[in-house]
Amino acid sequence: MNIFVCVKQVPDTETKVTPNSDGTFIETSSIKWIMNPYDEFAVEQALLLKTANAGSTVTVARVGSVQDTEALRTALAMGADEAILVEGDDNLDSYMISKALKGAIEKSGKTPDIIFTGKQAIDDDCLQVPQLLAQMLDMPSVSVVVGFEGDDKKATLKREVEGGALEVYEVTTPVLVACNKGLNTPRYASLPGIMKAKRKPLQNLSLGDVGVSGDDRRVKYSNFQLPPEKPPGKKFDAMDEAKQAEIVAEVVGLLRNEAKVI
Amino acid sequence: MAKVLVYTEVHDGNAKSVTLEILGKLAGQEIDVACIGDISDGGITALAEHGAGNIHKINGAGLEKYSPEGYSKAIKTIIDKGGYDYVFAGSTSLGKDLFPRLAGMFDAGMATEVTNFLFEGDNFNGTRPLFAGKVLAKVEIQGPKPHFVTVRPNALGMPESKTAGAGKVNEESVDIGEIRAAIKEIVKGASEKVDLTEANIIISGGRAMKNAENFKILNECAEVIGATVGASRAAVDSGFAPHAMQVGQTGKTVAPSLYIACGISGAIQHLAGMRTSKVIVAINTDPDAPIFTKADYGIVGDLFKIVPILTEEFKKIM
Repeated sequence: MNIFVCVKQVPDTETKVTPNSDGTFIETSSIKWIMNPYDEFAVEQALLLKTANAGSTVTVARVGSVQDTEALRTALAMGADEAILVEGDDNLDSYMISKALKGAIEKSGKTPDIIFTGKQAIDDDCLQVPQLLAQMLDMPSVSVVVGFEGDDKKATLKREVEGGALEVYEVTTPVLVACNKGLNTPRYASLPGIMKAKRKPLQNLSLGDVGVSGDDRRVKYSNFQLPPEKPPGKKFDAMDEAKQAEIVAEVVGLLRNEAKVI
Repeated sequence: MAKVLVYTEVHDGNAKSVTLEILGKLAGQEIDVACIGDISDGGITALAEHGAGNIHKINGAGLEKYSPEGYSKAIKTIIDKGGYDYVFAGSTSLGKDLFPRLAGMFDAGMATEVTNFLFEGDNFNGTRPLFAGKVLAKVEIQGPKPHFVTVRPNALGMPESKTAGAGKVNEESVDIGEIRAAIKEIVKGASEKVDLTEANIIISGGRAMKNAENFKILNECAEVIGATVGASRAAVDSGFAPHAMQVGQTGKTVAPSLYIACGISGAIQHLAGMRTSKVIVAINTDPDAPIFTKADYGIVGDLFKIVPILTEEFKKIM
């Protein structure tokens, strides 16, 4: 099987994000980059599927800047066979990234049987690339997947929707699967894995190589700003048990009469 | 004036409330609505009262259940006939899955989950949170039309005044052809409650809940005030609650009227996911917990003592 995984490199979740000077993106100079957390489930599922189907290869693709290549190195160290990096800015929109990924997959010379992605990237939170890429490749897609049973021909997928309900899909390959937390437990890269990763093939492409130009931009951002700070609230010390009933009654009164939310 | 199509999901015969929020905000534009499935007469009246001109009711074999391919082909038929400038939907599970594919069919741009917007002439100008709400940005769409937009439920609020539309119903039969990824069955979730992303009130527990059983005190309180129960990443990673309940950057971003955080310290990735809640109550034994910096009302105390008293107080006034 030709298994593909698309990953994104994003700021660590503990990052304090600040807008850049012209308000067109965030300040990226001192950020710790990680593989998008949902993409780890995608890499793991790809590796599980490879193990179950002898002779399969896992190709991992990423579009973004080269100031750090943490995401691809992690995927290779976990066990992916080869990587493709399309160099571009970190603030490309979903359409440009999808088109670049499509180009990268086509350049690899392999026809994908299955493509795994995370359900969303936790930087721009657009949740568009999986479905958009599938549409561009004329492939069906299932997103927010928390259950996968399948082989090289077909798969049964569980998609999580509101209230934790599950939609169960039956699909035949090729298909794109966008993975959610809960699907599997991603492995850690082992030390031999990390050493081996250094010798695995990594192909570098430019946006031009995959047919993407500035004209492909569909979404324009400006005026990045921190959300307004709330004025300080009221704080009550209720460590003393004797005061608890009185304080809780007061807060409930405030919720009803001052905040008017109950 | 822009020509806008709003796609609405139908739930128990009625349009989802986010649709009415969107229609209210679109007042002044030429608005049509499209839906798939059986909408009641009452549902149609509500759409008309909120400004719907034409209401396209789409039917066809294979549309009984949701599928990204089937629904996108069905709505494309309406867009092709109507020549719309913009297509809107709520940013729900279905909206998030469907709209990128639909936008892809037109090679068009899409703004995901805006929390506010306005029109400058015919041009859309939206606001959306990025990095789970750590920053806000202005978003505009360029390139081929129509442009696609999804809107976060509860963010706009219900319109204060309504501008009625004609509400003319148009039955549309479509042939969606073969569907490659189709739903075989739907397994109901543990919770019958409103989803976190659409909830008006949320009560969440953190690591201090100590175990899964203890969430019953939150459930009891939730029952009284009609809340949905959530959890922090620490509680989910400790196995106290399923990931579907997680609020934060790697869980759900929520915007209820009231958010009650119990035993949650307030890690940056949790705050990002709930800071836009209208009113925040925090209960924590640590007076220096970061959650108190975001709380409108902070109670420094033991949640196992405070929450049961809170439940009793709510019972008195509900």
